[in-house]
Amino acid sequence: MTTNYTPDAKTQLDMYRRAALLKANDEKSRKVIKSGRLIMPYYSYRGQEIIPSALCSNLNDDDYLVTIYRGIHDMLAKGMPLKDLWAEIAGRVDGTCKGKGGPMHLTYPKKGIMVTTGIVGSSMPVATGIAWGAQMDGGGRVSVATFGDGASNIGAFHESLNLASIWKLPVIFLCQNNLYAEHTTYEKGTAVDRIADRAAAYRMPGVRVNGNDPIEMYAAAREAVERARAGEGPTLIEAMTFRFHGHVFGDADAYMDKEQKKAAMENDPVPQLRKRLINDGLATEEQLSHIEKEIEDDIEAAVAFALNSPFPEVSELTTDVYGEGARA
Amino acid sequence: MSDAVKEKEPQITILQAINAALADAMEEDEKVVVLGEDVADPEEGGVVGVTKGLSTRFGEKRVRSTPISEQAIIGAAIGASLVGYKPVAEIMLMNFTTVAMDMIVNHAAKLRFMSGGQTNVPIVIRTMTGTGFGSGGQHCDYLEAWFAHTAGMKVVAPSNTADAYGLMRAAIKDPDPVLYIENLPSYWAPGPVPEPGSTVPLGKARITKDGSDISIISYSRTLNEALGAVEAMNSQGVSAEIIDLRTVSPWDKETVIKSVAKTGRCLIVHEAVTQFGVGAEIAATVSKELFGSLKKPVERLGAPYAPVPFSKPLESAFAPDAKRIAEAAISLCK
Repeated sequence: MTTNYTPDAKTQLDMYRRAALLKANDEKSRKVIKSGRLIMPYYSYRGQEIIPSALCSNLNDDDYLVTIYRGIHDMLAKGMPLKDLWAEIAGRVDGTCKGKGGPMHLTYPKKGIMVTTGIVGSSMPVATGIAWGAQMDGGGRVSVATFGDGASNIGAFHESLNLASIWKLPVIFLCQNNLYAEHTTYEKGTAVDRIADRAAAYRMPGVRVNGNDPIEMYAAAREAVERARAGEGPTLIEAMTFRFHGHVFGDADAYMDKEQKKAAMENDPVPQLRKRLINDGLATEEQLSHIEKEIEDDIEAAVAFALNSPFPEVSELTTDVYGEGARA
Repeated sequence: MSDAVKEKEPQITILQAINAALADAMEEDEKVVVLGEDVADPEEGGVVGVTKGLSTRFGEKRVRSTPISEQAIIGAAIGASLVGYKPVAEIMLMNFTTVAMDMIVNHAAKLRFMSGGQTNVPIVIRTMTGTGFGSGGQHCDYLEAWFAHTAGMKVVAPSNTADAYGLMRAAIKDPDPVLYIENLPSYWAPGPVPEPGSTVPLGKARITKDGSDISIISYSRTLNEALGAVEAMNSQGVSAEIIDLRTVSPWDKETVIKSVAKTGRCLIVHEAVTQFGVGAEIAATVSKELFGSLKKPVERLGAPYAPVPFSKPLESAFAPDAKRIAEAAISLCK
């Protein structure tokens, strides 16, 4: 990987701030669900925090993101406010989608979070279309589709990469390869050793990086963003990572290799980044503890806000089906 | 109006009316863009030429031929619409919508609702279909019921030049996704030149012909078949009121109910398979609203429960025509 794009101290601290937020938020989410205070389908992203943290350190608020059901880490890294997020996943009226989207369909256009899809493989065609719009606008904005390794076996992946390449669209296809497509291992379901190799079929750069390494991930994202902004077209990034938990909260994850899982958790990328920042003298223990305390307080406040927010009126059931004034 | 006067009126075809609507919309609003397989002029402006001339006039940045990738086509339209564009996407044949159903049904139709109204998807999906050319089972189905059944989608199906133009203009201006159904054998049917800039509001039916004995509700090609049945019905003393639904969803209950309240009889005609079709929804509504005042049970005339066949006699027997419409209407009025 090129070393031209090493993040400076400020950027590394920024990445940590995001990653620590994501880690703490996942831990809190699982705790709240376990306590019975919230009932929702929850797809833990624990272990994958570095990828969106490094990506979003390279994006502006008006760049676009299309993410998936396992995507709360992506949204938080892109700037979704905690209170809007928590109220939404609690199904409350103060949620970003008035409680009508839920944890799999969060949207927050103010920060460029345009669509969250619950359909494997569907982030790519939509992000490609947004990139087409951005290209016509000519403002240099970038569109990112995130997805998992399983989604690279869906037809929409191939249609999207092909179209993005022939139209030279400013889109980044960011595959978070966590080695499991729902319950099935990567090897069992995917014909190629590296998803990044599939980029060659669509004549675009394809890189595989260690998505848990903030320096490497940052550099890959930076290069892809710069390519897109310069009008040079799309990039496929395969960010290697590992999902610490089962596909969905509550599944027994018996299909996961225990040793592999243990090793991955021992290499937890968020504490590793923390350790490195201190060892390299980029931050002090006090500084990071302070950040973490702030995050914890913010999450507590968001949870309390969400659980105190009212549920939507039943009349909301039939609003927003069509636009204003349209007859149903 | 006498036939002699009619002949002097300038005429255009439905195909030309759609083309004119697209051109006028693109001229008026630079956010209107067109995409689909073969739509640009180097590819002959579409397989039957509906978009001919548009890329030459407005440039290939706004009129883009795509690969044969229906998911990517609708995805591109949805994405561009989310950031301020008004894409008109062509899915060459209605049967090909099946390979883009996820994009249409799970995304285009639902994003407004699922985002709590933060986003909307103002796209038009143009698609053509219809029996008559021996295309067999995978090229000419009428699948409008699937889309009408999906909350958030709008479905229109014009039968003449004025509606082809006006519904397209309205669909492009509409803030929601609209499926615009074109009937292949009707493309070259001539009619009056639509008023430039005119729109036909979505959700409004039109009483094409007044009558007193029976209300015939239809849209797209079979509406014209119903008009073709008028003489046969008249000869049996049956006065039919013929209603062109124009918008399949949301449909104009008010106009339909009012008409059937007057005539007491209702026949719904469409080319799609009868079973679980649009006619079932209309029949159920009419029967409920007018229970007790109907002179006969509401009748539906559509295709039999079978895929579209190839062999000519089978294909001809598949879709309702003027003769069968007249027979059904006369029988209801006995």
